[in-house]
Amino acid sequence: MLAAKTVMDQGVHVEGINFFTGFCVEGHTHAIRGQNKAKPKRNNALWVAEQLGIKLHIVDVIEEYKKVLINPKHGYGAHLNPCLDCKIFMVNKAKQWATENGFDFIITGEVIGQRPMSQRKWTMPIIAEQSGADDLLLRPLCAKYLPETLPEREGWVDREKLHDITGRSRKPQFAMAAAMGFEDFAQPAGGCCFLTDASYSAKLVDLWKSHDGRKDYELDDIMLLKVGRHIRPKQNFKVIIAREEGEGRFMEGYKKDFISLRASSHTGPWSLIDGNVDAEDIYTAARIVARYGHGKDAEQVDMVIMQPDGSEREIHVKPFTADEIPQAWFI
Amino acid sequence: MIKEILNARRLLCPLPVIRTQDKVKLLAVGDQLEVVCTDPGVMQDIPAWCRINGHTILETRSDDGEYTIILQVGA
Repeated sequence: MLAAKTVMDQGVHVEGINFFTGFCVEGHTHAIRGQNKAKPKRNNALWVAEQLGIKLHIVDVIEEYKKVLINPKHGYGAHLNPCLDCKIFMVNKAKQWATENGFDFIITGEVIGQRPMSQRKWTMPIIAEQSGADDLLLRPLCAKYLPETLPEREGWVDREKLHDITGRSRKPQFAMAAAMGFEDFAQPAGGCCFLTDASYSAKLVDLWKSHDGRKDYELDDIMLLKVGRHIRPKQNFKVIIAREEGEGRFMEGYKKDFISLRASSHTGPWSLIDGNVDAEDIYTAARIVARYGHGKDAEQVDMVIMQPDGSEREIHVKPFTADEIPQAWFI
Repeated sequence: MIKEILNARRLLCPLPVIRTQDKVKLLAVGDQLEVVCTDPGVMQDIPAWCRINGHTILETRSDDGEYTIILQVGA
């Protein structure tokens, strides 16, 4: 937002580009769980574009992003976050898009030292070089610490009016936002990608293990990792249990893809079985799910088992006690 | 004028917006697109996307967990 405004204030026409990898955390992802009801559920990229009065192009890169995540040349961060490869990939995609759509150069909001992996002094030239953007990549917020780029040399932008921000503190950005008249802004980066989340990363690793170590995934896989409790009693299947009504509604959308379970004798959560299961596995899953409903202390809970083809049957189970579900089952 | 329907059920934002954006590219000015979704976030995001890109929201409604937005393609 600040980088765009800096360049727009020099009379440059700017349009936004936003890449959707499938791992983006947006307000609506939280909205599934009904959390933070007081906070506006907005897509920050759209909101920022509207504040700036510019067009925004949202690009689906789900398929192409797989190779970035599965085999990152520069490795992962603290979890499964391939931040440097991700940045290189996105700048490369932005360069392609700019070329195809008649734009002259690319700007990003990067700041030297802002992020421990992808925004450091030594990573800046790597991103420019390996993305192929080279000196078409301008970072207006820290440009004064970096070599001149083509737009500066050509006089398309005035280097003197660019900035010299460095470091992790956001105070200079907050001050700049105030000076530019922005009263609200998107939350700073870091919490915007599920791959930086330890719990999510553990679920993704578990998913790969369940695929015999093959690091692959489909969009539905990674969407379902965002919701519910994930409990794997055996290698061949896991149970996903909605934690509240919003998640249940979302998971109900998958009833034609997975076996679904829900208590009929008591109030209880919508749940899915992911994997190939036999009758004993379904019985185990039902005992787990019963544990998370109002019948958890009952002697018997009636559970409806719904097959993807719509057929249903009822079984009767005694819910597991808390101690009967080993900690190792929880993903 | 063409009236098209886009099924974006079960998709979470921003995918319904992306599908809408891609569909609108194939339509002409004045055409209408009805987008049917299950993510309540579309009620903010698709109108925002339309405002940014010069399209007009003709109608929004929600019923039984489904959210429908009818837009008219702008210039």
